[in-house]
Amino acid sequence: MSDVRISELHKTFGTVHVLKGIDLEIPAGEFTVLVGPSGCGKSTLLRTIAGLEEVGQGDILISGVNVNSLRPRDRNIAMVFQNYALYPYLSVFENIAFGLRARKMEDHEVNLRVNSAAEMLGITGLLDRFPKQLSGGQRQRVAIGRAIVRKPQLFLFDEPLSNLDAQLRDEMRGEIKKLHQDLGITMLYVTHDQIEAMTLADRIVLMREGRIEQMGSPLNVYEQPATRFVAGFLGSPKINFISGELVDAGDRQAMRLSDGEIIPLPKRIQAWGHSIVLGIRPQHLGRSTDSKVKAGEVKLSRPIEIVQPTGSRTYVTIKIGGTQCIAETESMEAGRPGEIIDLSFDLQHAIFFDPTSGAAIF
Amino acid sequence: MTNFSLAATRRWKLACRYGLASLLLVFFVFPIYWLFIISFKTPDEIFHFPPVWYPKSFQFANYAVLFKDGDAVSVLNSLILAGVSTVIAMIFGTMCAYSLVRFKTGGEDFAVWVISQRLMPPIAIIFPIFLLYVYLGWVDSYGGLIILYTAFNLPYVIWMMRGYIEDIPLELEESALVDGCSRWAVLWKVVFPMARTGLFATAVFTFVFAWNEFIFALVLTRTEVVTYTVQVTHYFGGQSNFWAKIAAMSALGTVPVFITVSLLQRFLVRGISMGAVKG
Repeated sequence: MSDVRISELHKTFGTVHVLKGIDLEIPAGEFTVLVGPSGCGKSTLLRTIAGLEEVGQGDILISGVNVNSLRPRDRNIAMVFQNYALYPYLSVFENIAFGLRARKMEDHEVNLRVNSAAEMLGITGLLDRFPKQLSGGQRQRVAIGRAIVRKPQLFLFDEPLSNLDAQLRDEMRGEIKKLHQDLGITMLYVTHDQIEAMTLADRIVLMREGRIEQMGSPLNVYEQPATRFVAGFLGSPKINFISGELVDAGDRQAMRLSDGEIIPLPKRIQAWGHSIVLGIRPQHLGRSTDSKVKAGEVKLSRPIEIVQPTGSRTYVTIKIGGTQCIAETESMEAGRPGEIIDLSFDLQHAIFFDPTSGAAIF
Repeated sequence: MTNFSLAATRRWKLACRYGLASLLLVFFVFPIYWLFIISFKTPDEIFHFPPVWYPKSFQFANYAVLFKDGDAVSVLNSLILAGVSTVIAMIFGTMCAYSLVRFKTGGEDFAVWVISQRLMPPIAIIFPIFLLYVYLGWVDSYGGLIILYTAFNLPYVIWMMRGYIEDIPLELEESALVDGCSRWAVLWKVVFPMARTGLFATAVFTFVFAWNEFIFALVLTRTEVVTYTVQVTHYFGGQSNFWAKIAAMSALGTVPVFITVSLLQRFLVRGISMGAVKG
């Protein structure tokens, strides 16, 4: 088990600045997930830690040792790739044993380790087969097996589940989490899937355009996003953003939407301009059943545009302040398109953003 | 149109197709058949008119003479020259190709420059090479011809292997690097097995090029390392041509390539089609 410390890491490909000063500390034994849209530099960061890309500027320390100039094989790490990277000409056993053989380990030790890893992953019966005879999920298990037999100090995953179908992905996600609980090895996991990030991580690192946008525990990042980008990236369906103008409404500030609706603000807001963006997650924007307005509650009535039932919940699309928003209601309450729906949300759950910088306003 | 006439048309088309295929087969196979059959004929049968399509008895005297006179050694010479130069060209060519693909050695267009060397007609450089070889004392030696054949085959090997190596998923190599392999080990444990089909196909063609080479062998050999292609020309005389020897020598020279290609046919077909898909 070991910790990773990255400071002021820069990386350029030609004229493209891919990593723009990454500072990151990963405590030993923690499961950290790097998440962000494609092209944000998360895979490059992972590959740089693995030693597959050279460090442009800055330092990477694993267990306190600067690994900038170490070759990948000298870093004692294991990596699981998106397309499994299994050798088609080797049996499953030899695929798992590959790293051990490369390090000239003795046969009986190789047998011992491969068999115990196979047992752990439930692929003992497949050891004599070849990769092309395996299903996607089995291949991924073999790839993970190849990584764990090495007993590395750091585990790297590069979007390992994105080639699997949805059901298998859920299953493997659980297994990877269990693997981390059983082994306790430091893991760094790259994904563009926010659900994977939320479910797996001890800590989420959200990246955007070569920089870390925000990091913290999944719940913390989800509930207190530092920027509009973070709020929009995490959560499904996406958070609703409603823009409006800041106006004075007697003793307090309020927000006027483009359709004329006035929403009183809970406190004085240090806004830089005259406009402001309100973010409200679909699960906090629900059907209003009570005719009385509680303190801090905002009520709206809008015609329904689209109804999307999912079984347990139903998503209703309406228009607020000129933008399409999604509200989440109980399955039974769903109306029909064209009908007027009464909605309400608690201002406590609203997050406000500065429209120009995108930063959250607290 | 009735069913009957439809079936008849189909039969007619099929017959045409088979007829055409048979014609082409005869066209291409007959010269080879004729070569082999002459090598088993007596001098009378060779010059007989109308031609003897099939000799009454097969006789091996023409071959026996080649072995008795020591001419058959030229096949062994060809085997050594083509074999050794193929192995060397394959080893270095594959390493060059790997470097071109993975490290972009020499830039993007370097590979095109390399293959352009292959387009140069040998006759254009034969004279300077001859003078150089005389100066170095390399004329009529295995080493001299092996170096030359290797140099001529390298661009082809580099070009072909480049295509095959580009097809290997990068992750396989990266995974091996992380798992504890050096670059050399990656080449040996990942690249060679992954490009096995291409390696065999390229090696066969390289071997055949060197095997059939004539002009350098003609100019740069005297008595010691005469190849079978040059040996055959010795039987064309001012007064007469020794057709029996020409045929027997040529047949002897065809056999090793024939065996190699039949053994590796599986790889050959797959290797060529792999390259075709890659383009």
